[in-house]
Amino acid sequence: MINYLPILILFIVAVGFAVTNVALSAVLGRQKPGVEKLSPYECGIEPIGSARERFSVKFYLIAMLFVIFDIEVIFLYPWAVAFKSLKVFGFVEMVIFIGILFICYFYIWKRGGLEWD
Amino acid sequence: MTFNILSILPILVLAGFGMLVLVVDVMSARKLGEKNLLAYLSLAGIVIAAIVSRNSTATTLFSFNETFTIDNYALFFNILFLLSTGLVILISHSYIKREDINHGEYYALLMFSTIGMMLMASGADLLNIFIGLEVMSISIYILTGFKRSKLISNEASLKYFLLGAFATGFLLYGISLVYGTTGTIDLRQIASFVAGKGGVKDPLLLMGMGLIIVGLGFKVASVPFHAWVPDVYEGAPTAVTAFMSVGPKAAAFAAFMRIFLTAFGSSHYEWQKAIWILAVLTMTVGNVVAISQTNIKRMLAYSSIAHAGYLLVALVAANNMGVSGTLFYLLAYIFMNIGAFAIVIVLSQKGDVGMNIDDYAGLGFKHPMLAIAMTLFMFSMAGIPPMAGFVGKFYIFSAAIKSGYVGLAIIGVINSVISVYYYLRITVIMYMKEPVRDFHPLTISPLIVVAIAIAVVGTLHLGIFPSKVMEIAQRSILTLR
Repeated sequence: MINYLPILILFIVAVGFAVTNVALSAVLGRQKPGVEKLSPYECGIEPIGSARERFSVKFYLIAMLFVIFDIEVIFLYPWAVAFKSLKVFGFVEMVIFIGILFICYFYIWKRGGLEWD
Repeated sequence: MTFNILSILPILVLAGFGMLVLVVDVMSARKLGEKNLLAYLSLAGIVIAAIVSRNSTATTLFSFNETFTIDNYALFFNILFLLSTGLVILISHSYIKREDINHGEYYALLMFSTIGMMLMASGADLLNIFIGLEVMSISIYILTGFKRSKLISNEASLKYFLLGAFATGFLLYGISLVYGTTGTIDLRQIASFVAGKGGVKDPLLLMGMGLIIVGLGFKVASVPFHAWVPDVYEGAPTAVTAFMSVGPKAAAFAAFMRIFLTAFGSSHYEWQKAIWILAVLTMTVGNVVAISQTNIKRMLAYSSIAHAGYLLVALVAANNMGVSGTLFYLLAYIFMNIGAFAIVIVLSQKGDVGMNIDDYAGLGFKHPMLAIAMTLFMFSMAGIPPMAGFVGKFYIFSAAIKSGYVGLAIIGVINSVISVYYYLRITVIMYMKEPVRDFHPLTISPLIVVAIAIAVVGTLHLGIFPSKVMEIAQRSILTLR
């Protein structure tokens, strides 16, 4: 455990630094709030409307489709690393897996899941 | 590594047909009316899966590093699930056309859900059972909200999803505690660990066991984890309600018995007390609340809770008669419950109008055949001989007496008597009241007639000649411990 002592000290120093700075600026700084200062900062541009708008459900659909095909790639990496030791068995397994995903892709495409309108 | 492709053949068949249905659906023209092909295709998938499940091996077969097992128990449940899904496809065919929800995904989701149930019944370790449960549940969450334009259906789906996710969390937490204390998720290794310690003494393991009871108790709709049942059953499309009330319940009981008899079988003293309380609460609340219902779907929802209570009685008994009785009862329940829902579907109109019990007044004179069938199912659920429900209850209560739970059996019989009131009320309304509404010319599709016929024959056959099926059930449970 003693080996982790530097990490603990760094942790305390980091937290202490942040807390001290915020506390000091709250105590010593001059507070003059105004309309401009309190408005949300949007890269210097004047804010237009509320930030709490509803997003189209299509964004979520795209996000979900992304996850499905992203997971495919996540499975492909370890498979590619272990490809030699898995031999033909691994190859056939992966062909089946990608085949199933291809059916998914075909289904989504035909159903119109990839179109925005 | 043991790898046996034959052991998961029924699952592969169902998965293949499910994907085929999806592809055929998007390939064909978007005409909502003409999708008979999809129903027949899914039925073909169910039949082929049943045929390949049949070539049973006398011995227990383990595969996938002993995480998956095919024994007679799993095969019995496979047939049970396929039967329920097949019957549900038969009754939904005309229903989803009428309600304008005739999408190919409906059949695909039914089949994917069945895959999950099969995984649950065949799981030889806790994680496989968990994955099966998720595959099953997620498909049903979607099916519950299948009437996308109806608010009540959406609400039911969201409620079921949120509460189901919560219950899944409990189950998973229980599994993690069991893993933490025993160091394994394999059911047989947990069993030898528990037997080596002379029963469950570790409080962490007890807590894990309790949390698993909570998670599975939610899925079988036992009190006090039943709050979702009435709303979800009422909001879901009626055919999906029929599916929900039999398939997942049977699958959850399959997992329940496999976990608690195989893994914790040697310490049944610890969990029996908890299940005793659950059983009494479930039976009593289900039956008493069912009396005051005016909507037939809600009444059947509470009746489904009550039936889960009877099945929990058999789990408390935990002897061979009780476990085989559970298998028998689940089979009988499939016939009588899907039969009752089929008649509810036939008698309702577009938009699920006509779900009040009073709407059945005078049915006995207008449509005598339907009324006779409904009476039969109600008698069977009430447990009146010579129907299947009576034999099932007889096995379960005598198993409880054999294990020394006389008090529990008496509570069960009293509950059974209470239930007679609301089941017979429907019969009384059908035959002894003047009709309050014109029965519209009923559109009865041939497929739903087949379903009702199978349900009637099954209910009567199991009631009059129970011994053959009971023998199969007794042989199926030998591998459990």
